[in-house]
Amino acid sequence: MLTPVTDADGAPFWRYAAHGELRVQACADCGEPRFPPRPCCPDCQSFASEWRQLGGHGRIWSYVVPHPPLLPDYAAQAPYNVIVVELADAPRIRLVGNLVTQAGAPLNSLSPDRIRIGAKVQVVFTGTGLPQWILERP
Amino acid sequence: MAGLKDATAVVGIGQTPFAKHLPDDERTLACRAVLAALDDAGIAPGEVDALASYTMEETDEVELAKAVGLGDLTFFSKVGYGGGGSCATVAHLAAAIATGQATVGVAWRSRKRGSGPRPWTDTAVQLPTPAQWTRPFGLLRPADEIAVLTRRYMHEYGATRDHLFNVALACRNRANQNSAAIMYDRPLTREMYMTSRWISEPLCLFDNCLETDGALACVIVSRERARDCRHTPVYVHSAAQGLPAQHHGMVNYWNDDPLTGPAHATARHLWKHADFTPQDVDVAQIYDAFTSLIPLSLEGYGFCGRGEGGAFTEGGALEIGGRLPLNTGGGGLSEAYVHGFNLINEGVKQLRGTSTAQVPGAATCLVTAGEGVPTSALLLRS
Repeated sequence: MLTPVTDADGAPFWRYAAHGELRVQACADCGEPRFPPRPCCPDCQSFASEWRQLGGHGRIWSYVVPHPPLLPDYAAQAPYNVIVVELADAPRIRLVGNLVTQAGAPLNSLSPDRIRIGAKVQVVFTGTGLPQWILERP
Repeated sequence: MAGLKDATAVVGIGQTPFAKHLPDDERTLACRAVLAALDDAGIAPGEVDALASYTMEETDEVELAKAVGLGDLTFFSKVGYGGGGSCATVAHLAAAIATGQATVGVAWRSRKRGSGPRPWTDTAVQLPTPAQWTRPFGLLRPADEIAVLTRRYMHEYGATRDHLFNVALACRNRANQNSAAIMYDRPLTREMYMTSRWISEPLCLFDNCLETDGALACVIVSRERARDCRHTPVYVHSAAQGLPAQHHGMVNYWNDDPLTGPAHATARHLWKHADFTPQDVDVAQIYDAFTSLIPLSLEGYGFCGRGEGGAFTEGGALEIGGRLPLNTGGGGLSEAYVHGFNLINEGVKQLRGTSTAQVPGAATCLVTAGEGVPTSALLLRS
């Protein structure tokens, strides 16, 4: 499986995720959240930023079900789902992830016909600190 | 300011055969396409002083110039973002020639994507942004990234798989008229489409472009010089690039309106400098790496309103005789996928009156580059 190849801007996200916290970068001056993280604020041009903790709730904005050809580790789980989650407390930030039955479950643990756009989901984390999503009402 | 309008013209086009596998390497294919385009124009290689291609092009200017015997180059340019750069190669040459930086420009693309590796299988070169936010979760290929936007588009506006089939069918029907097209002898039916294997739901096999070996090139000169060339000049009427504010490429998930792609920003500039409107376009060559890029582009370039792109495809609108005949050589879906360069050359063929699926009396053509990435577009006229 591919692990995040991170950079200076993205590293804090993954450090917090490793501790089970979902945080996004926000401007320390004007307060606007931004994703993906970047050196300065596109709204006020400030270089000061903070990492704001989010509730970890959202709704499925879109999803796909990939089939082979895929990289071997992913082909082994195909067809699986990839969802895009619109966050309740930062609607313009839509995180890519997987809808699973429980934290740490494989990408294909939930049947694709259970997935609906608009469904409420909640973040969970794998043992290695990768965010995943579960249905709020399974 | 004189500007770009009709200041330059495409006077030569060339291409190699298209196939899943060609024996020549990419450099040789590039040389063959460039020499074919110069021969078509009636211009000697030694007269070429400008080049333009894509950043993904692997034959560089030094290799090409020394192999085919180009003259002293005074302008050379490469455009980024894969297929988003196709029309910009012509636009850069038009700008260079219109401003006196060069006199004879050649744009080209050579690619062995049919027999070579799929770019997404190379996990060593993944960029930290945005790959860290998408690839670990199995969003691996361009098809997956665009399928996300496609699903949302279908959900928001009620577009259907039948609309996407209309796109695939129009391209296939034109390819069936074009003996150079990969899918020349392979008709497509609705049943084949609806029962084909998935690639990334909601996109099936026939929603995806071909994987092709091949190369193409075209030659651009000033309108004055164009009159002395072999063929009817095809004028570059308007040209634009577009990288909208807060755009994120094919993973455009992190702004107010992810379904407003680069086509919208490109179109605003394109039409601002044009003497005609979308209603006056006789034929369109719209970048079709995936079928769903067509409804999104139809909206972006002003052929219909937001959310109307799916319905626009109904009633044979994209066929010959329809409202907007589309990708008349077969496009990336059914002629060849060479990062959209075949769409440029097909636009030239239409305005010369020599297409294998000629639109009677075609005098204006829109050509677009890849939607979903920083892109570019051309309005051509005869």
